[in-house]
Amino acid sequence: MIEVCNVSKQYGSFQVLTDCSTDVAKGEVVVVCGPSGSGKSTLIKTINGLEPVNKGDIRINGTSVCSPKTNLSQLRSKVGMVFQNFELFPHLSIIDNLTIAQIKVLGRKRNEAEDKGRMYLDRVGLKDQAAKYPAQLSGGQQQRAAIARALSMDPICMLFDEPTSALDPEMVNEVLDVMVQLAREGTTMMCVTHEMGFARKVADRVIFMDGGKIIEDTSKDEFFGNIDARTDRAKQFLSRILQH
Amino acid sequence: MTVIDLFSDLARSLPSLAAGMVTSLKITAVAVVFGIIWGAVLAIMRLSSVKPLAWFAQGYVTLLRSIPLIMVLLWFFLMVPQLIQSLFGVSPRTDIRLVSAMVAYSLFEAAYYSEIIRAGIQAVSRGQLSAANALGMPYLMAMRLIVLPQALRATIPALLTQGIVLFQDTSLVYVIGLADFFRSAKNIADRDGNTVEMILFAGGVYLVISLLASAGVRALQTGGKYVKVG
Amino acid sequence: MFKNYSWDWGVFLQPVSTGEPATYLGWLLAGLYNTVVLALSASMIALAVGVVMGVLRTLPNQRLAALGTTYVGIFRNIPVIVQLFAWYFVLPELLPSDVGTWFKQLPAATQMMTSAILCLGLYMGARVCELIRSGIETLPKGQRSAALALGLTLPQAYRYVLLPVAFRVALPPLTSEMINVFKNSAVASTIGLLELSAQAQQLVDYTAHPYESFAVATGVYILINLTVVLVMRQVEASVRLPGYIGGR
Repeated sequence: MIEVCNVSKQYGSFQVLTDCSTDVAKGEVVVVCGPSGSGKSTLIKTINGLEPVNKGDIRINGTSVCSPKTNLSQLRSKVGMVFQNFELFPHLSIIDNLTIAQIKVLGRKRNEAEDKGRMYLDRVGLKDQAAKYPAQLSGGQQQRAAIARALSMDPICMLFDEPTSALDPEMVNEVLDVMVQLAREGTTMMCVTHEMGFARKVADRVIFMDGGKIIEDTSKDEFFGNIDARTDRAKQFLSRILQH
Repeated sequence: MTVIDLFSDLARSLPSLAAGMVTSLKITAVAVVFGIIWGAVLAIMRLSSVKPLAWFAQGYVTLLRSIPLIMVLLWFFLMVPQLIQSLFGVSPRTDIRLVSAMVAYSLFEAAYYSEIIRAGIQAVSRGQLSAANALGMPYLMAMRLIVLPQALRATIPALLTQGIVLFQDTSLVYVIGLADFFRSAKNIADRDGNTVEMILFAGGVYLVISLLASAGVRALQTGGKYVKVG
Repeated sequence: MFKNYSWDWGVFLQPVSTGEPATYLGWLLAGLYNTVVLALSASMIALAVGVVMGVLRTLPNQRLAALGTTYVGIFRNIPVIVQLFAWYFVLPELLPSDVGTWFKQLPAATQMMTSAILCLGLYMGARVCELIRSGIETLPKGQRSAALALGLTLPQAYRYVLLPVAFRVALPPLTSEMINVFKNSAVASTIGLLELSAQAQQLVDYTAHPYESFAVATGVYILINLTVVLVMRQVEASVRLPGYIGGR
């Protein structure tokens, strides 16, 4: 469903991504991890074209993200994305956050969009918060609302960019629970995260990045089960993460 | 009119244009210096715990910031001659337009400078004042020796930018008939009938000076010499 | 200093000495009317131009951003009185001759008012532009990404997400600029437009009561100020977002 082929990117003289290739099949859950500055957030943002690439190509369901002929807006509307800092729109109520793109991009009727929005709010446990504004919710609630916003576009896959790293520790689990539920329902997901517990529980594959390169791309069982076969850098990373 | 005509016109008018520019710069310089001094005093009064002083400063700043500069100029052009006459016994026929303008701009700009300086003082941490007090300095000495130098350094770019605004605003002395740079240009235009050229020329001169000065301020800022305190 | 000055506040109710059926108070009110028309029209132009240019300056397209930067550079660095003289005395000469002639045949007051509205509108527009630009720039970068990631186009992202929040951020400084439009409108007196400050000056010539005239005009400017502050405070309160403080 998602194909990343030899993608490279630089900011000026700084090489952020070097020759990255991977793919995500339908229904697959892929966790991307690595130390900060390893390029994992940049990689996930190249997938829906938020970060343009200098070399290589990315295809979603066969449509190239990098081709100037592609209607990026239309493509993006089919790819859900969840951000580290939630990025709910502060001037819109929660329900309006969920409906604005449905109405303006997909052309849905308002009541149809609201029904859909409410259904997803219910799924993430925020049925009663529809009329509130983002700043009135806790971080965990905001992130769940942001997930519901992405889902109400009926995306074919979901991208998560460190969805729990801006959250207070006690709110991490309520967001992870929603993500686990999605994974178990067969949603195609690519998640940049440090939450190894989440990876252990639901990931099919784990990608480890360092210095802008994909160092490892293996099944979850291999990644966590056969520590001895890991590269030194992955071992180092895992031992640091698991200490906490 | 050809370009050559324009240049020969300009060459002939250069002395009075230069004299006008000197007047503009004189007003700017005087108002920057006295505006900053009086503005600093106002800022300290505004932040002082003596209520009447704070009220006076606030009233002064609010009043001058709500009146058009042109009105302020007219007021001072009306009052300064009489004041000088009653204070020094000078004949009201002496041309005191330059003095009126300098007084008006200094007092007017002080209201704007005081707001900039007040923000600067508030950005200096309270700990600095406490530390100075702990060393035995009384309030005013601590302000003068410790807080104000830091506040002024932090606000230098903003004070200079306000100076550029002030330089442009000096052109409004037109209303009291003082021959600054713009008025001189307009006078020449009226005499020689080359209004279009003279106004565009004057605009160009202001544009170049202001852009150069802004670039200078920006260079000062990015030079990192004046790091934000606070 | 006032020992030889005879105060007379009743002067405003006297009929004017030109023989028109008006009082001096009527002149002041006529001036106030012109000030209000000029300032409100100019602020509408300033808002429209300022928003467009402010958006241009934040676009990824270098050429459009440079257009916005040039506009601000020119209109902020030439004194407003010079700009006004350029609109009033220079522009009609540079227009195609039939347009220029048509303009010069309009009633004098119309010519002055048109020039002054355009001048102040574009002069203040440059300042509004900077407020809108910094309003957009203080928003977290992720807001634009989030809007685009949902499939909104860039114009839609501005229209539905970035501008509504940037406006709220820029509202307090926009209030000061609104006050500045009224203050700057006094410059129009230099080309002969009889707005409030010009009427006050005219009263000095006709009544020989300069202090009363200036005091009343000054008082009216202060009242205008208060009105703008009160109105804008209402606007701010009505668009305030629950729980939201600043640009996060």
